[in-house]
Amino acid sequence: MIRNMCCAMALALAIVPAYAQDSELSRLRDALRQLQEQVQQLEKRLQDAENTATQASAQASSRPQTESALNPGISAILNGVYSNLRRDPNTYRINGFVPTLGDVSPGKRGLSLGESELGFMANIDHMFRGTLIASLSPDDTIGVEEGYIQTIGLSKGFTIKAGRFFSAVGYQNQIHAHAWDFTDAPLAMKAFLGNQLAEDGVQFKWVAPTSLYFDVGAELGQGRAFPATERNKNGVGSSNLFTHVGGDIGESTAWQAGLSYLSTSPRDRTFPDVDSLGAAVTDSFTGKTNLWVVDGVLKWAPDGNPSYRNFKLQGEYFRRKEDGNLTYDTLAASLGTMTGSFASRQSGWYGQGVYQFLPQWRVGYRYDQLDSGTTSIGLVRPGALSAADFPILAAYKPKRHTAMVDWSPSEFSRIRLQFARDYSRMNEPDNQMFLQYIVSLGAHGAHRF
Amino acid sequence: MKTIFKVWLGVALGIFACPTFAAINVFACEPEWGALAQELGGNKVSVFSATTAKQDPHRVEARPSLIARIRSADLVICSGSELEVGWLPLLFTQSGNDRIQPGSPGFIEASQLVVRLEVPKVVDRSLGDIHPAGNPHVHLDPRNIAKVASVITARLAEIDHANGAAYKERADSFDKRWQQAIQKWQQRAQPLKGEPVDVYHKDLSYFINWAGMREAGSLEPKPGIPPTPTHLAELVERMKRNPAKVVVYSPYNDPRAAEFLGQRANIPSVLLPFTVGGTEKAKDLFGLFDDTIERLLATVK
Repeated sequence: MIRNMCCAMALALAIVPAYAQDSELSRLRDALRQLQEQVQQLEKRLQDAENTATQASAQASSRPQTESALNPGISAILNGVYSNLRRDPNTYRINGFVPTLGDVSPGKRGLSLGESELGFMANIDHMFRGTLIASLSPDDTIGVEEGYIQTIGLSKGFTIKAGRFFSAVGYQNQIHAHAWDFTDAPLAMKAFLGNQLAEDGVQFKWVAPTSLYFDVGAELGQGRAFPATERNKNGVGSSNLFTHVGGDIGESTAWQAGLSYLSTSPRDRTFPDVDSLGAAVTDSFTGKTNLWVVDGVLKWAPDGNPSYRNFKLQGEYFRRKEDGNLTYDTLAASLGTMTGSFASRQSGWYGQGVYQFLPQWRVGYRYDQLDSGTTSIGLVRPGALSAADFPILAAYKPKRHTAMVDWSPSEFSRIRLQFARDYSRMNEPDNQMFLQYIVSLGAHGAHRF
Repeated sequence: MKTIFKVWLGVALGIFACPTFAAINVFACEPEWGALAQELGGNKVSVFSATTAKQDPHRVEARPSLIARIRSADLVICSGSELEVGWLPLLFTQSGNDRIQPGSPGFIEASQLVVRLEVPKVVDRSLGDIHPAGNPHVHLDPRNIAKVASVITARLAEIDHANGAAYKERADSFDKRWQQAIQKWQQRAQPLKGEPVDVYHKDLSYFINWAGMREAGSLEPKPGIPPTPTHLAELVERMKRNPAKVVVYSPYNDPRAAEFLGQRANIPSVLLPFTVGGTEKAKDLFGLFDDTIERLLATVK
């Protein structure tokens, strides 16, 4: 009996806490559920807060924090080249054509730093945009390559540019050298524009309200560089008229054609030559020069997407007429100063194609040809001088073949290998090899078509 | 003689007057904004899209035809955040059109109107072609379309007062249909939640974010740098630990890299329309999201 009671008590003792534990458990479960809900609510609030924070930081990062946010876009172009030239670049000349005294030679032999560019550009206010591109030469001089203001506040298709800018004569003249498809300029640009013509002046341009692109424009300039000469004179020293037409053919092809007419009146435009006695003399031209340029460019890419494959075809034809007087030996270093009439009709052209066959890889070929045409020199007559006194002007047809391959790891860097067989010098063909890098830092540039 | 003159006059008028007939000329940098402007403007607008779905909006040339179009534009709508930095600034300076310059009512930069993803903490070109203001491909989150739509409507009404009421009406109708569509898409896209996906370029981030998917990797080693064999091999290796269910690409991407990865990793490679006109079914913005979701759903079933 006692044993039974003991058992019952033991049982009771065992059961009561179990009951107690059961109710405790349900309380705990409730508490846990509440906690879970609280955690969920907190998590949700945290998530919301995080979202808000992301939004805030996203907006904050786009909000100008300091006055430096109004700094202009700054970009730098660096380039360097290794040149292997068979002929001495210091004797470079284009036979048959008046030396332009521009930067037309193939450059130094061996390793050299190319011209570096420093660019600043920004909208000035609601009316104007400003661009300054300084060129830093490897010989430690600084030049203003371009420095101009341009209207953005005009309507009806009008824009006005003022300052120093690459003249809209032909196609490639307006493009910065770092964006050229070959290391150097076409021979025609070297012979007729002194490599590249930047004018100090004003440019007016009007774009027609048509779906086919059409523009006309005029430039009035000082005439600071070849083919003009700087003159101490009020008014306009050089003028250029131009027009372009362009459009698309389907989705894959875009084209543009242009015509420009540059006219100026150089005065005492000097050039060096070697006369029949072998003396180094300085001759000069005073008169009128008119240059017509016809240019065309066509770009193709499958579906208009140039990322993988694309092709660019480009060509320009130059025709120049010069009339005036030619003075021989202006410094009276040889046979004495003499002046006579001068007239020339000269022309030149180039055509080039560049094909991107893989992302990052392009190949290109360019053919250049110039024709010294007809040149009549009044001083070349019995009793005066002979043609041998003007050897640089002797009739000649310079030409050049150029091939290149380049690799562009990104939009901002390019490494190019170029070979050329250059017949610029009479009877002295030159083999030229260039290995070049061109990179851009800073603001992402936008390139012309 | 008279007929020749008439024909000539007709041709001249045709060439010189065409783009100015419609009330409002809209120049859209990308097809999605063109489609949205068309939805909102109806026959009151004439829409021109500077790019097609097959063109990478980052690598377009400042073609003469684009200058001609932007010259007569009343409203320009672009993604912005430097997506068009290689060509749009040139169009602005060449246009001779003061109505559409940045800062004027005639220019809308869509990405500035929404919360942008992937705003980089470090901005350096060695990281590839990154955009300091964040990922510019904002249109693939349908909620962003609604936000941009309200701004386009306001600008259309500002530029073309006379038709303000008509724009408001169209906008209300569009918004109603769009909100309904978003609800439908949210339900349809449920199975995509948490799905790991390999992308070609980071141009689908907004969709991935909206649908709750997860980006497992990208075929481009760095944004804007084309896929290399080494990187693809690495990606295949990485996918053994961090597998993706599908590899997606856009119409302007080279499908070969995506197909290569898909075969190696034994997962489907799928073309997504990316924008209006990217696939046959993506005829408009509704079709764009319908088709994007359906194409992805087909890979998870």
